[in-house]
Amino acid sequence: MTDFTEKKIGHIKFSLFSPEMVRKMSVIKVTVPDTYNEDGYPIDGGLMDQHMGVIDPGLRCKTCGGTVHTCPGHFGHVDLVRPVLHSEFARVVAGILKMTCNSCSRALIKKGKNSAGVDEILTKEEMIEEMKKVKKCPYCGQKQEDIRFEKPTTIMEGKRVLLPIEIRERLSKIPDEDLEMLGLDPKSARPEWMVLTSLPIPPVQMRPSIILETGERSEDDVTHKLVDIIRINQRLEANLNAGAPQLIIEDLWELLQYHITTYFNNETANVPPARHRSGRPLKTLSQRLKGKEGRFRYNLSGKRVNFSARTVVSPDPNISINEVGVPRSIAEELTVPIHVTPWNIEECKELMKRNEYPKVVYVTGKDGRRRRLMEKNTDELIQMLDVGWVIERQLKDGDPVIFNRQPSLHRISMMCHRAKVLPGRTFRLHVAVCPPYNADFDGDEMNLHVPQTYEARAEAEELMLVEKQIISPRHGNTIIEPNEDHISGAFLLTRKNVKLTKDEATQLLGAAGIYELPEPDAKGLYSGKAVFSMLFPKTLNAEYRTKLCREEGECSKAQCPYDGYVIIKDGVLKHGMMEKKGFAGHLLEKIFREYGSEAARDFIDRATRMSIYAVTKFGFSVGIESYHLDKDAKEKVLRIRENAVKEVEALIVKYKNKTLQRLPGKTLAETLEDRVMVVLGKARDSTGAVLRDYFGQENSSIVMANIGSRGSMLNAVQMAAFLGQQAVRGARIKRGYKGRVLPHFMGTDLGAYARGFVGTSFMDGLTPTEYFFHAAGGRESLVNTAIRTARSGYMQRRLINALQDFYVDYDKTVRDADGNVVQTKYGGDAKDPMRAKRV
Amino acid sequence: MPRIKNNNSIDSGEAVGIVAAQSLGEPGTQMTMRTFHYAGVAEQVPLGLPRLIELVDARREPSKTLTDIYLENDMEKNYKAVEELAKALEYISIEDVCSIVENFSKKELRITVDSEFAQANGITIRDIAKKIRQSMGNAGKVKYKSNHIMVRIDTAYQKLRRLSMKIKAIPLKGIRGLSKATVINDERNGIYFIRCGGSNINEIKKIEGVDYSRIYTNNVREIEKHFGIEAARNALLKEIRQVMDLQGLPVDARHIMLIADAMCMRGAIEPVGRHGLSGRKSSVLARAAFEETVKHLVNASIKGEEDPLSGVTENIIIGQTIKLGTGKVRLVMKEME
Repeated sequence: MTDFTEKKIGHIKFSLFSPEMVRKMSVIKVTVPDTYNEDGYPIDGGLMDQHMGVIDPGLRCKTCGGTVHTCPGHFGHVDLVRPVLHSEFARVVAGILKMTCNSCSRALIKKGKNSAGVDEILTKEEMIEEMKKVKKCPYCGQKQEDIRFEKPTTIMEGKRVLLPIEIRERLSKIPDEDLEMLGLDPKSARPEWMVLTSLPIPPVQMRPSIILETGERSEDDVTHKLVDIIRINQRLEANLNAGAPQLIIEDLWELLQYHITTYFNNETANVPPARHRSGRPLKTLSQRLKGKEGRFRYNLSGKRVNFSARTVVSPDPNISINEVGVPRSIAEELTVPIHVTPWNIEECKELMKRNEYPKVVYVTGKDGRRRRLMEKNTDELIQMLDVGWVIERQLKDGDPVIFNRQPSLHRISMMCHRAKVLPGRTFRLHVAVCPPYNADFDGDEMNLHVPQTYEARAEAEELMLVEKQIISPRHGNTIIEPNEDHISGAFLLTRKNVKLTKDEATQLLGAAGIYELPEPDAKGLYSGKAVFSMLFPKTLNAEYRTKLCREEGECSKAQCPYDGYVIIKDGVLKHGMMEKKGFAGHLLEKIFREYGSEAARDFIDRATRMSIYAVTKFGFSVGIESYHLDKDAKEKVLRIRENAVKEVEALIVKYKNKTLQRLPGKTLAETLEDRVMVVLGKARDSTGAVLRDYFGQENSSIVMANIGSRGSMLNAVQMAAFLGQQAVRGARIKRGYKGRVLPHFMGTDLGAYARGFVGTSFMDGLTPTEYFFHAAGGRESLVNTAIRTARSGYMQRRLINALQDFYVDYDKTVRDADGNVVQTKYGGDAKDPMRAKRV
Repeated sequence: MPRIKNNNSIDSGEAVGIVAAQSLGEPGTQMTMRTFHYAGVAEQVPLGLPRLIELVDARREPSKTLTDIYLENDMEKNYKAVEELAKALEYISIEDVCSIVENFSKKELRITVDSEFAQANGITIRDIAKKIRQSMGNAGKVKYKSNHIMVRIDTAYQKLRRLSMKIKAIPLKGIRGLSKATVINDERNGIYFIRCGGSNINEIKKIEGVDYSRIYTNNVREIEKHFGIEAARNALLKEIRQVMDLQGLPVDARHIMLIADAMCMRGAIEPVGRHGLSGRKSSVLARAAFEETVKHLVNASIKGEEDPLSGVTENIIIGQTIKLGTGKVRLVMKEME
């Protein structure tokens, strides 16, 4: 493999073009302000002259002889009959004039002196400040007039406008050593070069014309602008030769200045933008470069790639978390290069003989010629195949691919999966890998990339593989983990008194791909805990308290009446039940750290499959009846609600007769609002406790909230009891009519219901006013989400840009791109947040 | 079962900057915009995303600031003493106590004092009148009766307007910039401290009994000014952590430390963005690709700048290997004979 780059770009230097340079690199002087003739052939000496490159197939470049594909394009030039200021440098030019003498063009202070002529060592910035103060030239004694810059390109001396000719003359007299004092590099930027005398014409490739459906040619915006410049330049020349009056000359000169200004930047301040015939402002040079859709961000910092695919994702719990299901049709389209070696040449030949998937698509010889493998040339190419050739075969099972979902907010938005070719038209993704991608299956699409070199493949597999990302670098906790039904299933299976027959146990274990049974009990039955334990490594030991234990005070550990204390001994779950924190967090993390990523991946794969089997087997569902409260419970809930509303009324009465105790640092009205929010919030919380008691472990919704698999108590409360206070801007809803939110209330009503308290549940249905309040709260959160994504996106862009070059050096210091030390020891301890304990 | 070696040190070459930026940026979308209510202080201190943005921007004037003032050892257990001090802190100017009506035809100002409010803060109408008189020097007459103060002055009415503005701004008591001082009981060690809105360490430290070394404010710039860059770095770390913790979004402290250290690496707090860290990069291409593309290219050309192509963006632009992680290693395997 000799195909690594030997030549590298070491650095890039920026400088200005001198007029001589412009002429030297120019291949043609453009004289005709036109592009193509009637036959659609480029006019000689015109803007599309074939010396500057070709864009029409069939033509050849008159400079290099290349075709559309091989000619890189060449610059032309136009000589301006009168010099013109380059608009982007106008302010700089004014600054230089301000700091130099108007007669001898020397810098206004001598080196090592200040503005008063006294010896003083000054910094560059101070020097520039000092020069602006000088009124008399220290060299020739000439009095200095005030120089003023007026947008966009006018420079005034006193009351007189300085013409570009004069400016250029003065600038060219400034000696090199003075320029250095002014902060300019005379080698790369003589100031007179900022006043243009000859203008480079960019190659045709940079501004191709397009042919519309009607057969008409449509020129690029830049070409349009160049036509304007050349036309005015010619008119100016003609008028000068004819000895036209000064006024006309100056008008044309100004017009030339305008065209050149807008040629560089069509958004220059105080300049009306040049427009296309249709009225659309032209996109000239600056506009091409800047902004999100500009050359830099759109084409240089982000590039389009080949060997990629995109489609909808759908869930598949039966593949490994390391895998991604790839539709056959996509696998046939994507290719992987295989380098032919003495060891695999026979294999390659076999592969080339195939005429159905997975087959070889391209063959590249040592000469670098790439040939498509077809039926008629197969035998010939197999004959020719030799070590050093490269064949490109279709993607097949086990190939490493990079999978990605936008927005790619963190590095685990791109991970390496192993391809698994499946029927169907969607990418298949294991549900446990959704959190890092933040993916769901409501129509999300994802991208897939196939690495094309061995280095890339190796790095993808070693560094980016899904199983190595189980722990998030952000906080050092698991991010790829069983969730939702996986937790419910594991919980159902590990409850007390779950007894399974041999058949059932075999089914469960079989689902996880385990083909041995644990020890049965005396009756020949298998406990759920024992079956689940088969997933653990045989040497796993763990002990922790879950929140399923509702004991007050001291934990009775193994005697826990709620079975909430987990004890795992030598890989056997002796006590306790699985819930989110312990199962998906603690245990998975422990397995990852102590047994490695393969073991952790295996654990997730098997545990999720077994849990899903378990949850299907035991059954776990909710329906509208699950939220029906009987008379007793309903009464309890209503009593809490009414008490709260009454308490609010009492507060309002107190507020109105000013007996309410003012909270420190608050007004009385604020105090009331605070207290009301607290009262109503408490009412909703205490309803939660009532529901927990009433529904107990029977209601799946409550169970899910308890074990952390999905939802919270609040969801159950809002469905069965009441929605509670709706908030806008963190307070009760108060805007609307004078003194009231809706005409349904009295103007003086400060009560719970008048200010957005919803006393009904989703089961009962909301009253019209409540519905309105709920919608108001809902709208606010929608608006907030929209604003938040934009703001946080920009913040992240800034953070990334500021910190992207930082790396840990071999001495564990953190350094930036220039080698400056940011931290003397990364994080103070040189520990990896992904591997070390979180601090 | 082979146990993996317990090596938890960071890999050399690791792109820790990007990881840190992502660790703070990614949860940004999950943050809420709600404000948080500190006990006693009416000020709503912004939290979540807006506060985080404010911190990385290193704003000179954060939207709402708070200062915690601790007193010297013997005083801080004495509630009365602390409360007394707290009362004296809150800044009150004439504007807060009075309303002023300008009468241009009679050329007089009629100042009405909110006597209830004044009394609560221990301000008498006499003091106010005296202060006004002092500020005016010899010009005009100042009289007061019950809760009114009349100021007569014979000037043009533009000057009358100016005078009324001047009078409004006369400080009566407290420290400029401070509002709503409350005494808070720190239950962990049974002491009392003062929490007030605003920050003005320069004045606070002059108060007798205040323990200068323990003053804390969430205004990071103020900390930088009075306690130095290292204290500012710690304050930045603490504040960012607090934002993330209150949102319930765990972030490893090492990421936040890196960001705080980056912001402080040049000896003064620099914001994250084009006016700070990003604007000071040595690479022209990286700056041009971030923001203000044309400006950076123009300036680079007149200075004859040279892009060393050592960072990430530059190398993406020119299509070369990025010098981070595995791209940092310069070892090449010798080709087999």
